Amino acid sequence: MIEHAFRGSKRYWSWLLFLGLIILAGFYFYMRQFSYGLGITGMSRNVSWGLYIAQFTFIVGVAASAVMVVLPYYLHDYKAFGKITILGEFLAISSVIMCMLFVFVDLGQPFRVLNIFLYPTFHSLMFWDVVALTGYLVLNVIITRVTLAAERNSIPPPKWIRPIIIISIPWAVSIHTVTAFLFAGLAGRPFWLTAVLAPRFLASAFSAGPALLLLLCLLLRKLTNFDAGEEAIKKLGMIITYAMCVNVFLILMEFFTTFYSHIPEDAAHMQYLYFGLDGKARLVPWMWTSAVLAVVSLAILLVPRARSNHRTLGLACIAVFLSIWIDKGLGLVITGFIPSPFGKVIQYWPTLPETLIALGIWAIGVFFITIFYKMALSIRREIEA
Amino acid sequence: MSISRRTLLKLAGITALGVTAEKYATAHAGSTAAKVLSKAVGAGKRLTKSNVQQKVRLAMVVDLRKCVSNQGCTKCIDACNRGHNIPDLGDSKDAIKWIWKEPYESAFVDQENFYMRDEFKNKMVPVFCNNCDNPPCVEVCPTQATFQRPDGIVMMDWHRCIGCRYCMAACPYGSRSFNWRDPRPFIKDINPDYPTRTKGVVEKCTWCDERVDQGLLPLCVEACPEKAMVFGNLNDPNSEVRQLLKDNFSVRRKPGLGTSPEVYYLV
Repeated sequence: MIEHAFRGSKRYWSWLLFLGLIILAGFYFYMRQFSYGLGITGMSRNVSWGLYIAQFTFIVGVAASAVMVVLPYYLHDYKAFGKITILGEFLAISSVIMCMLFVFVDLGQPFRVLNIFLYPTFHSLMFWDVVALTGYLVLNVIITRVTLAAERNSIPPPKWIRPIIIISIPWAVSIHTVTAFLFAGLAGRPFWLTAVLAPRFLASAFSAGPALLLLLCLLLRKLTNFDAGEEAIKKLGMIITYAMCVNVFLILMEFFTTFYSHIPEDAAHMQYLYFGLDGKARLVPWMWTSAVLAVVSLAILLVPRARSNHRTLGLACIAVFLSIWIDKGLGLVITGFIPSPFGKVIQYWPTLPETLIALGIWAIGVFFITIFYKMALSIRREIEA
Repeated sequence: MSISRRTLLKLAGITALGVTAEKYATAHAGSTAAKVLSKAVGAGKRLTKSNVQQKVRLAMVVDLRKCVSNQGCTKCIDACNRGHNIPDLGDSKDAIKWIWKEPYESAFVDQENFYMRDEFKNKMVPVFCNNCDNPPCVEVCPTQATFQRPDGIVMMDWHRCIGCRYCMAACPYGSRSFNWRDPRPFIKDINPDYPTRTKGVVEKCTWCDERVDQGLLPLCVEACPEKAMVFGNLNDPNSEVRQLLKDNFSVRRKPGLGTSPEVYYLV
């Protein structure tokens, strides 16, 4: 199966080489971080989590979103997703790998990472998050391996894989719920202390993830002879529309509770994020960009004609993805720390090494997506031939 | 169809037994189930003083009326920094702080009061780890690198800490510091009796557990020229801390979060 990853066009190889160079740059800066310490990043004693954990949070959502194609296909026997389900699962695998790397580079003592398993601590959500992510990775590796092998041999997949696929559905929900609990259970951080955080995480995941998958499908259609099928694209668009509506609705819920109750400790964070506090407003332009992108995406998605046009649908998906990337991959984690427990506004911005390390991890993710998709599509072409 | 009297009585007996059992069950099963459930989810844990049964529960009382940190006194801070090999990184983003000063309105950020007594408006308050009864940092640590001693001190195992900084996110008091870089070049005079730390681990004040175990007072308490800091056993009704708390009005930082901080400030 893997042999397909080693055979490809010139374009395929130069793309991998390009990604490889970004990965190398990221690795170089990680080595510098390794020798200097995490002080090389923009994080501080006040904002002690930054881009790494924020990216981790966003990408867990992308990983979980595979369930949006797995569930209709396997549970409801929705045939139109037959071609793209494997793509969703491979996207999940690549995303979980990115998640694990983002947590890993955030550790001050990376060589001690196994302490999480050597001293399992059931009252720590971090422990459960690691368990959930590892389990999800294992599940998806088994599922893709078995179903793809069956497809290659033109036989139905073995019966025993079905319960594993069924388990992977609630498991996908669990990875993002537990990730939300990581934040939502901290009494001292009012910005995250909201029961709506986990539902919000899921809604944003189920819009941003399928948006990325849809974009990949459109891209594959352009670059290769793979066609996801009109019905699958349409249905994905519908899923994104619903999930994005729920996501925006839940954000507005936060706005209401925070600003109508105007409890100072609660409101200060939102104030900083959207309007600025004490004259400091580094995230404000980003958040309004995110808000505008959300409105634009909904304006396209809610109009059936615009949604069925691939060009406008593609634009909507880019808007959804970027909007949620800013909201979750930047605003949500950082703002939990601003203002500080002392009510002081001490801002954060990632440094260049930090950004390049993050970019390197993204490149690793895209690298995996590329070779996985190459494998899947080559096997399909082989069957057709 | 006829039923003998014997059978009827038997039946009645069984029914009565059944009804009684059911009544008993409904009356008690609810509460038992509730108990099991609340135990499982840890409900009510933060509502009680969990360490009240212990013989020793250490606590700190800071008399802000005596404290002269406004006049530039940094004796407690200096003693701690020297004794614990705390690097001098200034007030940079990498700063390590075990005990330091914060303005009153920052230390007690939830006690907004515009018309406060003048002397407290500009008061500088010594802040440090509260060694909470229900420490959220201990709850979240994935490796038990931070843990609580039976006497209440919240400890740090610098050899086990993986540097994930979840404890820093969980602490409502900003009491924890991370070694963003190698601290050793920034230690002025290394105290050979106390460990230095490596980069990538979290640290904090532990009320001088190493001295407490030898029957000595924490360095800050010992260093205070005004005797504004008092340290002792909260579970001993005759201890000095208990006497002070009995006779004076005290406040704690963010008690509403249920962490039960064990530093009491007399105001």
